[in-house]
Amino acid sequence: MKPKKIGVRERRKVFNIFVFLFILAAAVLFLFPTVLTIANSFMTSNEISANYGSMFSNMTEEKKTFISQNVNLKFIPDKVTFAQYKAVLVQNSDYLMKFWNSVILTVPITVFQMIVAILTSYGFARYPNKFKSIIFFAYIILMIMPYQVTLVPNFLVAEKFNMLDTRRAIILPAIFSPFSIFLLTKVMRRIPISYVEAAKLDGAGELKILTKIYVPLCKGAIASIAMLVFIDYWNMVEQPLVLMKDAAYHPLSVFLSQINTGDIGLAFAVGVVYMIPTVLMFLYGEDYLIEGITYSGGIKG
Amino acid sequence: MKNKTRNQCGRRGERVFSNICVMPSLIGVMIFFFIPFCIVIYYSLINNPVLKEFVGIENYTKLFHNAAFTKAAKNTAFFSLVSVPLSVILALGLAMLLERKIPGKSVFRTFFLSPLMVPTASVVLVWQVLFHNHGTVNQIIEHFGGHTVDWLKSPYGQVVIILMFLWKNLGYNMILFMSALCAIPRDIIEVADLEGASGWYKFVHIKLRYLSPTILFVLILSMINSFKIFREVYLLTGNYPQDKLYMLQHFMNNTFNSLDYQKLSAAAVLFALIMIVIMAVLLIAENIFGKDVE
Repeated sequence: MKPKKIGVRERRKVFNIFVFLFILAAAVLFLFPTVLTIANSFMTSNEISANYGSMFSNMTEEKKTFISQNVNLKFIPDKVTFAQYKAVLVQNSDYLMKFWNSVILTVPITVFQMIVAILTSYGFARYPNKFKSIIFFAYIILMIMPYQVTLVPNFLVAEKFNMLDTRRAIILPAIFSPFSIFLLTKVMRRIPISYVEAAKLDGAGELKILTKIYVPLCKGAIASIAMLVFIDYWNMVEQPLVLMKDAAYHPLSVFLSQINTGDIGLAFAVGVVYMIPTVLMFLYGEDYLIEGITYSGGIKG
Repeated sequence: MKNKTRNQCGRRGERVFSNICVMPSLIGVMIFFFIPFCIVIYYSLINNPVLKEFVGIENYTKLFHNAAFTKAAKNTAFFSLVSVPLSVILALGLAMLLERKIPGKSVFRTFFLSPLMVPTASVVLVWQVLFHNHGTVNQIIEHFGGHTVDWLKSPYGQVVIILMFLWKNLGYNMILFMSALCAIPRDIIEVADLEGASGWYKFVHIKLRYLSPTILFVLILSMINSFKIFREVYLLTGNYPQDKLYMLQHFMNNTFNSLDYQKLSAAAVLFALIMIVIMAVLLIAENIFGKDVE
């Protein structure tokens, strides 16, 4: 009996080693684009053009055959330099302007969407009735619509209110996007009614119940939802292209995609600069992202 | 008696407060989504914005005979039908592997979440480096004497975008599953162990049961994200990609750019209808599977 048991345990150990190796390999694959972007941001523009330039030049032209036509994936720069960063941050104010464009679009969207979401979710979670659940279902439908379905409605409204080519055309509809309401309502519905009743006995009004019980209890969820919303809008591409013709107002996410074909020598450094806010958010908020996920059950929650 | 009425008044006041809370969002959604969408429905039923003649479902029948639309619909359906289930299954698998006793779990978790941090456009650049005709993947294939394909300009492009989708979304789905797995009551598993239940039995009859609300949730989330893959495809290949990469969103964008609002409206309404049907099915599924868990 005894040797067999050890055998099982050892087999399990060996299996765990395989699992570890497998996960390690998968994790490295997942991290790979991030590391590549950071590593390449320290190369000189020339080195990058030499490595990747062939992707964007027209290969049918005979003239260009002197450049190696193979793309050369490289992690370690020949010469570590901050020249890219200098070009992006100091020499050319374009990038910082676009970065600011991103901030001034994404921050209001995230903040106001969360305020609306907190209020609405509270409304949905307290005193549910048939009318509210119909609205909630309508919100879920709206939530899963891809942007291209709401594109025409957004465009019509922007046109009607003379908002085309202004930031409001992007910010206002985004504030009312129901994604965060969906998640937060599910969290708020789980708050035990006994908490509310105890607060009521102490004479707390509805507003106080909202601000002193619901919001503090959902802090983690609110933080994690805000992160998801921020990341989503930080990377927006479609909305500015449709609703703002003036490229001067475009966020860096749109601009970045154009650098890829134009100024490829700087693309990686710009990418890293653009990554900074999300990386900071991760450093401070990863635990929220992981522990705040109490909304993951079902549709109606 | 008097006390009771006052109490009821108070309750009514509270109800009113909770209704007021919903109002800002409701008004916003009405103005920015619902009312304009009604106009879109109206547009889909008339022949053009100038004459405004009612044509019934003509725009829809035209749409079904439009080669670009049917191609786009097929590609989108294929992509979603493959990538969404895959992302659910693989994420669950990863979460269950990470449940085992292995070192460095939290580091791995961060690694898997890292795709969320990287800006989409930078990622696209990396994927281009990998899957370009003379890119890294083809170089590796060549090195081993394999047969190379021009990934992004051939039907294999779908493989690339499915990989891209998985890369971006697996991490977060995995986190959702990990927290759901933690929430399964230990004692039930222990009882099953004592009864000599097989691993498979425990997985199907206990874990999946408890995970079913999360599976549904991840399914919806993945569906939403699967429509967002357009962003990456658009940045990778532009407005008119290879046939197999031409998504419904391409179709809509291009129709929008060519100002053909009737066609676009009909497509949007159709898309919305399909989404309503899918949601209804999921809700029914939730009612069937979700009951005995809660």
